[in-house]
Amino acid sequence: MTDERLKQVSSLRRAMIRPELGAICGAILVFVFFLMIAGDSGMFAPEGIKNWTVVSAQFAIIAVGACLLMIAGEFDLSVGSMIGFSGVVIAILSVHMGWPVWAAIIAAFVIAMAIGALNGFLVIKTGLPSFIVTLAFLYILRGLTIWLSITTTRQTIIGGVKEAAVGDPLAFLFGGVIFKDLFQWFGDMGWVGTFTRGTRAGQPIVEGIPMLVVWAIVLVIFGHFLLTRTRFGNWIFAAGGDAKAARYVGVPVDRVKILMFMFTAFCATVFATCQVMEFGSAAADRGLLKEFEAIICVVIGGALLTGGYGSVIGAALGALIFGVVQQGLFFAGAESSLFRVFLGTILILAVIMNTYIRRMITGER
Amino acid sequence: MATPLMEMDNIKKNFGPVIALGGVSFDIYAGECHCLLGDNGAGKSTFIKTMSGVHKPTGGVMRVNGKEVSFATPRDAMTAGIATVYQDLAMIPLMSVTRNFWMGREPRKGFGPFKWIDFKTANRITFEEMARMGINLREADQAVGTLSGGERQSVAIARAVHFGAKVLILDEPTSALGVRQTSNVLATIDRVRKAGIGVVFITHNVRHAMAVGDRFTVLNRGQTHGTAMRGDIKPEELQDLMAGGQELAELEGSLGGTI
Repeated sequence: MTDERLKQVSSLRRAMIRPELGAICGAILVFVFFLMIAGDSGMFAPEGIKNWTVVSAQFAIIAVGACLLMIAGEFDLSVGSMIGFSGVVIAILSVHMGWPVWAAIIAAFVIAMAIGALNGFLVIKTGLPSFIVTLAFLYILRGLTIWLSITTTRQTIIGGVKEAAVGDPLAFLFGGVIFKDLFQWFGDMGWVGTFTRGTRAGQPIVEGIPMLVVWAIVLVIFGHFLLTRTRFGNWIFAAGGDAKAARYVGVPVDRVKILMFMFTAFCATVFATCQVMEFGSAAADRGLLKEFEAIICVVIGGALLTGGYGSVIGAALGALIFGVVQQGLFFAGAESSLFRVFLGTILILAVIMNTYIRRMITGER
Repeated sequence: MATPLMEMDNIKKNFGPVIALGGVSFDIYAGECHCLLGDNGAGKSTFIKTMSGVHKPTGGVMRVNGKEVSFATPRDAMTAGIATVYQDLAMIPLMSVTRNFWMGREPRKGFGPFKWIDFKTANRITFEEMARMGINLREADQAVGTLSGGERQSVAIARAVHFGAKVLILDEPTSALGVRQTSNVLATIDRVRKAGIGVVFITHNVRHAMAVGDRFTVLNRGQTHGTAMRGDIKPEELQDLMAGGQELAELEGSLGGTI
């Protein structure tokens, strides 16, 4: 049935309804802006690039989990608490109980994913909004973390993980730095600045690519492939788009949602482990407000809060915007409190734009 | 006559103290369109949800090709060749036509645990099946939200047929549609019936039922009032049966016989 009243869709309009479009434009704008106001502040020198790359990568790791979960139609507000919890579990098991670090890391992943599964199970079985269930876990996990940390070590910051992790194979996977030789060569060639004094004289300032960044890239590629190319990805869209319709055609909606809660917990634990390995310590208050930052990245990336639509690449770009602006304002010497003003503003703009895009897709007026 | 594709024998369904279905019998043969008529609250939805495996009947026997069956989930019913197209739950508007068409049965290629959707094949087949239903898509990855209500029903019907439905249950496919879209859907029903599929057409619109139906069963307050063949019954009689007779006859008088 061809409809003569249907206008030919312009390629511009078709590009408009890609979920990532807003984030792509946003990222370009942010880079142009900071190149203009902070171009000579060292923000785009190797060390500056490393600075905002690491921050963006941190956001990206939790944003991938939050993105897939939001597309599946649910939220997880316990991400921040989960980061604190997983970190403290690793530190207690390795430093306090004397487990090898690799075993502590595996245990943290298992426990965190079990809690993620419990989150999902409660949401499915009670039919309550995930907002409420995971809000409860935001408090439960944070409280447990502080309690665990104080009862076992009498303090809320547990150090000594770095010493325990020396030579540990799994610890390197989260806290290591790769391509050191390459960056040494960059340093020798003069492309990357080198230390001129001290014990590290002659070594490049940026010693390599931190594993944190590798994790972010791997998770983004994995998430994007899973979502757009696989059967399971189709089920994620379906679960969030209309769970009932999906069930009627045989999509195991409950399983999809519970697995996505577990994946979010997995991402939070990756974040926590990288942080613990970098600082050499765990603290009970780590990860505060990270759940909201993850959701903001996802929304800037074009996902709908109501589920069923979104993009992992968009969420990654959202994380990049987030990281660049947060660090860029610092490089530009701006008042750092302005960052939150910016965040609130961009969040509202992103949501308005996403709502508009949804109307275009579904043809609502 | 041959064995019916599906037979519902004296089906009862209670929800707590409420008797939703009080012994309903219904059957469907290959290549026919059997209309199930009834007013709101007559038990149509409960009945088709029982047929399609969403509800389990409290009493009665269900047979597919003469063999007794019991469906635990909608998936079981689908495996037995019973496909249902729901009025408002047919499609997910934010997803593309292809993604909707293949939902739950995506064709895959790849090796070992690394399998991905074969979008080339999926798009091609979707395009062909849509063309067969008389819908020319601009592109198979356009969102379902851009299609009209009638087209969405047709996509859902095409999907059911493509995946080997023998019995196709259509839940009020025309009730939310305009005149032209309705005739498109009715034409689709006719095409499906001619392909040898048994169509169960649920509606409360007698004119739509009369347009394509071979047999008519009226459901009223959880009971059937028997089944009539095409030509044995007049639209006015069907209308009366649906409403339980009396009141509507009076109403109709005051409205000049226009309902």
